Amino acid sequence: MTENILEVKNLTVSFGEEKVIDNLSFNLKEKENLVVIGPNGAGKSVLLKALLGIVPFQGEIKWEENVKIGYVPQKFLPEKNIPLSIEEFFKFKKTDSDKIREALKRVGINDLLILKKKIGVISFGQLQRILIAWALIDRPDVLLFDEPFSGIDIEGEETIYNLLAQIEKELNLTIVLITHDLSIVYKIADIVLCLNKKPICYGPPREILSVENLEKLYKGELKFHGHEFI
Amino acid sequence: MDTNLFSLITAIFVGGAAGYLGSLMITKKMALVGDALGHVALPGMGLALLWGFNVSAGAFVFLLFGILLIWLMETKTELSTETLVGVIFVFSLALGFLITPRLDLIEALVGDISRVSLADAIAAVVLSLAVFFVVRKIYQRMILVSLSEDLAVANRINAKKMNFIYLLAIAVIVALGIRVVGSLLIGALVIVPAASSRNFSQNMRQYIWGAIILGILSCVLGILLFNLTGFPAGPLTILVSIFFFLNSLIFKK
Repeated sequence: MTENILEVKNLTVSFGEEKVIDNLSFNLKEKENLVVIGPNGAGKSVLLKALLGIVPFQGEIKWEENVKIGYVPQKFLPEKNIPLSIEEFFKFKKTDSDKIREALKRVGINDLLILKKKIGVISFGQLQRILIAWALIDRPDVLLFDEPFSGIDIEGEETIYNLLAQIEKELNLTIVLITHDLSIVYKIADIVLCLNKKPICYGPPREILSVENLEKLYKGELKFHGHEFI
Repeated sequence: MDTNLFSLITAIFVGGAAGYLGSLMITKKMALVGDALGHVALPGMGLALLWGFNVSAGAFVFLLFGILLIWLMETKTELSTETLVGVIFVFSLALGFLITPRLDLIEALVGDISRVSLADAIAAVVLSLAVFFVVRKIYQRMILVSLSEDLAVANRINAKKMNFIYLLAIAVIVALGIRVVGSLLIGALVIVPAASSRNFSQNMRQYIWGAIILGILSCVLGILLFNLTGFPAGPLTILVSIFFFLNSLIFKK
């Protein structure tokens, strides 16, 4: 039996009066991949931030001792003309060229000329790869990946998930992935957590992804968007 | 030694440090902060001129107060830095105009490089170098914060602490720089060299060195022009830096 790499107990995150995450508990075993799904505003990104200790929370979040976490944030939009080369961005991590090359290879970038480019001018898909490589440089045990807002083309999105699935196999990582795209769940998830402020369902995808659960999960969003100002 | 040399040394070091700080300021989209702090310095300069003590020291006291206010409001309220800075900006200007003796007002506004003493020059060199080395330590981390605060905090970077150290560094350079270009123009000395360098740089290294060198060149040429023409050095320095900026636009696609 494998150890829990992460234990979350009665997690509640509030912004002012509003509970963004309400009494969430789950465990994650080593090498297990967790995919968190739910409508917009369901607290998915906030959950990642709580796991990283970026936002204050109530309850308990216990990572395995000395665990190394890599993180790909949802919002990372460098200004187009920021004079920061990709090489310099990697050097923030006090790393050497060999490690950079290895990390780039992992994410499918073999052309090292990209290192001399400014970070604001590469395509969004490439930026995603760079961010994953950046997270992988420290050889993390866990990779937390927050899906960017819509704006990447379907093709780009699909290859990023293929890439994540491949990296997970090669490096034997634990991945925690946030998405609102149900189609990628089967590709990566061992466990799915359906979140809409409160936990709606939790378990292996084939067992819990029922029509009933999904209706329950997304009905909040419908209600939310049905609200009119006048 | 003549005071001209003291002014020149002061200008070289303060100009270089101002350019360096400016490179970070633009990246952090804080371009107005230097401007605003220049104005925050005005009441302090006014009091110093009124009571006959060191203008930079007087300015620094008010600057400390100013950055504490900006930093606190930024951490405690949801107001954007830009709004805060804008309010503090005009408040200080109004206060400064009332406090500063009428006859000294022009000097406070556009600087008077001819009044630099040996002690002033030494202080400028030491403090500029200190600012350079302190900010160099936090530079990369601050860039990461500006790229993605979440990513920075996840990498155990204390953004608030960095911001405060950085604001403190700006306060020091503004207090020194008002001697050279005055409180109205110090913002320009911080921003314009960096803005020019940004136009032709492909990476951080070029960008930083470009900003430092253009900051120094602007000050040196400004003082040379002052010696030749007798116009105040402050406005001349800024005009030189603007000249560089216009030229840098050629490189920008």
